[in-house]
Amino acid sequence: MKILVPIKRVIDYNVKVRVKADNSDVDLANVKMSINPFCEIAVEEAVRLKESGAATEIVVVSIGNKSCQEQLRTALALGADRAIQIDTEETLESLNVAKLLQKVVEEEQPQLIILGKQSIDSDNNQTGQMLAALTGMPQGTFASAVSIEGDKVNVTREVDSGLQTLALNLPAIVTTDLRLNEPRYAKLPDIMKAKRKPLEVKPAADFGIDLSSRSNLIKVTPPAQRQAGIIVESVDELVEKLKNEAKVIS
Amino acid sequence: MSILVFAEHDNKSLKADTLKTVAAAQAIGGDIHLLVAGSNCSDVVEQAAKVNGVSKVLVADNAAYEHQLAENISLLVTELATDYDHILAAALTTGKNFMPRVAALLDVAQISDIIAVESADTFVRPIYAGNAIATVQSLDSKKIITVRPTGFDAVATDGNAEVINLDAVKDAGVSAHVSDETSESERPDLGAAGTVISGGRGMQNGENFALLEGIADKLGAAIGASRAAVDAGFVANDMQVGQTGKIVAPDLYIAVGISGAIQHLAGMKDSKVIVAINKDPEAPIFQVADYGLVADLFEALPELESKL
Repeated sequence: MKILVPIKRVIDYNVKVRVKADNSDVDLANVKMSINPFCEIAVEEAVRLKESGAATEIVVVSIGNKSCQEQLRTALALGADRAIQIDTEETLESLNVAKLLQKVVEEEQPQLIILGKQSIDSDNNQTGQMLAALTGMPQGTFASAVSIEGDKVNVTREVDSGLQTLALNLPAIVTTDLRLNEPRYAKLPDIMKAKRKPLEVKPAADFGIDLSSRSNLIKVTPPAQRQAGIIVESVDELVEKLKNEAKVIS
Repeated sequence: MSILVFAEHDNKSLKADTLKTVAAAQAIGGDIHLLVAGSNCSDVVEQAAKVNGVSKVLVADNAAYEHQLAENISLLVTELATDYDHILAAALTTGKNFMPRVAALLDVAQISDIIAVESADTFVRPIYAGNAIATVQSLDSKKIITVRPTGFDAVATDGNAEVINLDAVKDAGVSAHVSDETSESERPDLGAAGTVISGGRGMQNGENFALLEGIADKLGAAIGASRAAVDAGFVANDMQVGQTGKIVAPDLYIAVGISGAIQHLAGMKDSKVIVAINKDPEAPIFQVADYGLVADLFEALPELESKL
């Protein structure tokens, strides 16, 4: 079984985000970039499925300029077999990303596609579901457990009320939540080996898809800052303040 | 303009988040219809008909919709979409699951997780875990939108909408429900509670969450947790408050043994009053707390419970 794992290069999880002075966007100049944490979990899950014998090949794909090859190499070091970079300088909306991925799916014919549930930059939580719609595949979003059962995949999903398990016909799409697995660290020999694994570059323009944006980003502002309050000295003082000052308890 | 709002429910009761999503629809302005898709959900329909500002309740009551599988719900909503300019759902796990599917089937973009409406085509949404706020104008003729419920005040429920039963049944036949594991709790829902008390890594283990229960009982509060506490296996994920968990904005939020990582703050910083109890005076949580108590939680919690 072939698994396709689309990944995204994003601002590193630990970097403090700053909004540009002209409020046009966030400032990404000279900040550390990494593989989106949810995408890393997706790669790890694919690698585990391969290690268990359920999968035979893992293809990773990323859409962006040359710099996203760094994240593709990371995925190759973690255990993916080959990589595809869809080359574009544009920042694409989820729907356009899904349309490009649909073409990759048509070409690669994977049985399982694993994506992160959301990227930590745009926080959209859309691409996996959109790709599922475009390919007509069933989807198991926000997965905390995945198991291949014959021609189906069972996906346990983290939902508001607890956990929900679905059985999806393969081919299917899974999006990862945080507790699906804990990604490994790439070992040095694997990082070296990853440099020799195949990485194919395809210009986005060759896919023949209208990639124009469906929205205007009017402005980006910092969030309203909350004022720090006071430090109370005792539980008694806390209860007194909550009763008489904040009036949130009686 | 006409707006379709997807009703959030569990086949038994309509969730308060729906009332907030309808408030977002009212801010856009237009004739608002509510879609109740479920199975044996007549109680929900009754409640839905009373939601203020809604003129019609469309009911799709069929076994195919019992678990609100994205494959089936998206086909239903896509078919109904012809008649609407905007389609809204709460940005909870159900809406997050099926709405992008609807958007792609309609070949339109989705605007996720809006917290304010500027105009019928311009919306405000947090990005980068709430560290930046984007104002976005949609250029699509049809707007597919998920709404962060904490951004809007619930509408009242003394309305009287017309109920229309839909007979079309959409079953994609590619996915099936296997099982649910729901946490049974007598306490209010995290998303709807007026008071929330959450524990973090400082709780040390799951058993110690019992220390929060006595206080929660006295305050009628829901119990939450930070991602650190969930990842450490102290409590179940459905208790998680934060960027990737639940977004809450209660009148009173009590953070206990929570350092205040930005991802946690993203889920609770719109609470009206925030209390932090932490033994580390440098913990970032104190920077957003209205009242901070620097104390060992194992001493402070029993004392707090006894004094409430």
